[in-house]
Amino acid sequence: MEEIIKEVVIGEQEEYLINIGPQHPSTHGVLRLVVSLKGEIVKNVQPHIGYIHRGIEKMCESITYPQIIHLTDRMDYLSACINNEAVCLTVEKALEVEIPDRIKIIRTIMAELTRIQSHQLFWASYGMDLGGQTCYFYGLRDREKILDIFEETTGGRMIVSYNCPGGLMYDIHPNFQKRVKEFIKYFRSVLWEYDAILTGNVIFRERTIGIGKLSLVDAISYGITGPSGRASGFSCDIRKQEPYSAYDRVKFNEVMFKEGDTYHRYLARIEEMRESMNIIDQLIDNIPEGQYFVKMKPVIRLPEGEYFQRVETARGELDVFIISDGNKNPYRLKFRSPNFVNLGVLNHITKDFKIADLIAIAGSLDFVIPDIDR
Amino acid sequence: MDKTQLGEFVKSLKPDAIVTDGKQYTEVTVADTELHSLAKKLRESEETWFDFLVCLTGVDYGKDFGVIYHLKSTRYEHMIVLKTRTSEREKPVLNSVCDIWKGAEFHEREVYDLLGVKFNHHPDLRRLFLDSSWGFPLRKDYVDDINIVSK
Repeated sequence: MEEIIKEVVIGEQEEYLINIGPQHPSTHGVLRLVVSLKGEIVKNVQPHIGYIHRGIEKMCESITYPQIIHLTDRMDYLSACINNEAVCLTVEKALEVEIPDRIKIIRTIMAELTRIQSHQLFWASYGMDLGGQTCYFYGLRDREKILDIFEETTGGRMIVSYNCPGGLMYDIHPNFQKRVKEFIKYFRSVLWEYDAILTGNVIFRERTIGIGKLSLVDAISYGITGPSGRASGFSCDIRKQEPYSAYDRVKFNEVMFKEGDTYHRYLARIEEMRESMNIIDQLIDNIPEGQYFVKMKPVIRLPEGEYFQRVETARGELDVFIISDGNKNPYRLKFRSPNFVNLGVLNHITKDFKIADLIAIAGSLDFVIPDIDR
Repeated sequence: MDKTQLGEFVKSLKPDAIVTDGKQYTEVTVADTELHSLAKKLRESEETWFDFLVCLTGVDYGKDFGVIYHLKSTRYEHMIVLKTRTSEREKPVLNSVCDIWKGAEFHEREVYDLLGVKFNHHPDLRRLFLDSSWGFPLRKDYVDDINIVSK
């Protein structure tokens, strides 16, 4: 018998282009994606970036090291504190300054709080990308508590500029330890809600499990770091591999999965929040007394040479590479920002998935656009 | 392998390469024509296995441009720094390493966009942040007369 009914797919014959962004809620900023489609199957994704390119690397060449700190906040604004730390560590490494334990421990606590609030916002907005409005309110409800702690100690909520070469801008607020402990106790008691609302949700699981698979070999070849890389089994946690600040004295697990799909990239971040709370637990009662800064020269000049520092932000590996010619400003300063590198894999992992999955996959890579553009 | 072993290994692959013992990592300077073959050997040989391109930086040295590659092995956890310089300033060209590390594609587009260094055999070498009418802002002779960044 002859086959009479033939499946007709609109747009099957020719590819056509759809423009997403630059102003689109699910691209989390001014990211423009030109998507080439066959039917509703994605064949090619070309990111067009640079809408908020400020030339931070160029600006750094004409300002001093303490001034550079304030620009780093504006890259990945959800990892502001960790970005500060990266530049501080590079400068301190170059000058061979010994940093007291008090500063190291406070920096680590602040970094982990930053990581938690970043993953909270990821969870909140990722739920909303996939149609769960409730997540946004739950996520922001908890994130406000961390921002309040930041505000009390640093004066800023997101753009904190708290670390500076040689220590911290100000000492911690007398309430700091008490409030952090209160927060950890509170957040432990509500973290199950995150799983109940989203992780176990049937629609969510259907839309994420098995979608956008990234193999271990590709993760390494593309240089995908952070929770996205670790979800593919790429052991890339700088806190473990090259411990800086106080990470060598705390015990925590590197969250790793083998599957590498969208769901496990999401799960890696949820688990990292638990690990971050464990790290804070081990440190919060052990902040030694002492000065919160080391006296530095009024004008910081790095000795001639090249200095490379790797840190783990909430999204992956941030490298600061300074080439100094002995002046008070760097000859060349390079930020290897995690989001910029992670964007490179988007075309590879969205291929042959549906256009609705593109939003799920791009969301799971957790882009912060100012960090891509710099 | 530790720093000195890495240096000796590179020397055995490329006798012309200049190996220096940097503060943090072994640093290797090679000619621009030699870079791709050395990178490929470092990536593929079982003893080194540099499978992770950590960072790729373009630098303006004045009379020419340099590109610095930070490589890491996920199997052995060692790192190495490769350096090369373009042969001239007018038409700077290097060989792309996209076929060795896929992540290099974006890095090299960035270097092309901000420094104007072209990469041979790059699959998609277009401007990344800026449009084609801009100059190359990370060059030291770039004049920016309206912005605060000019000294």
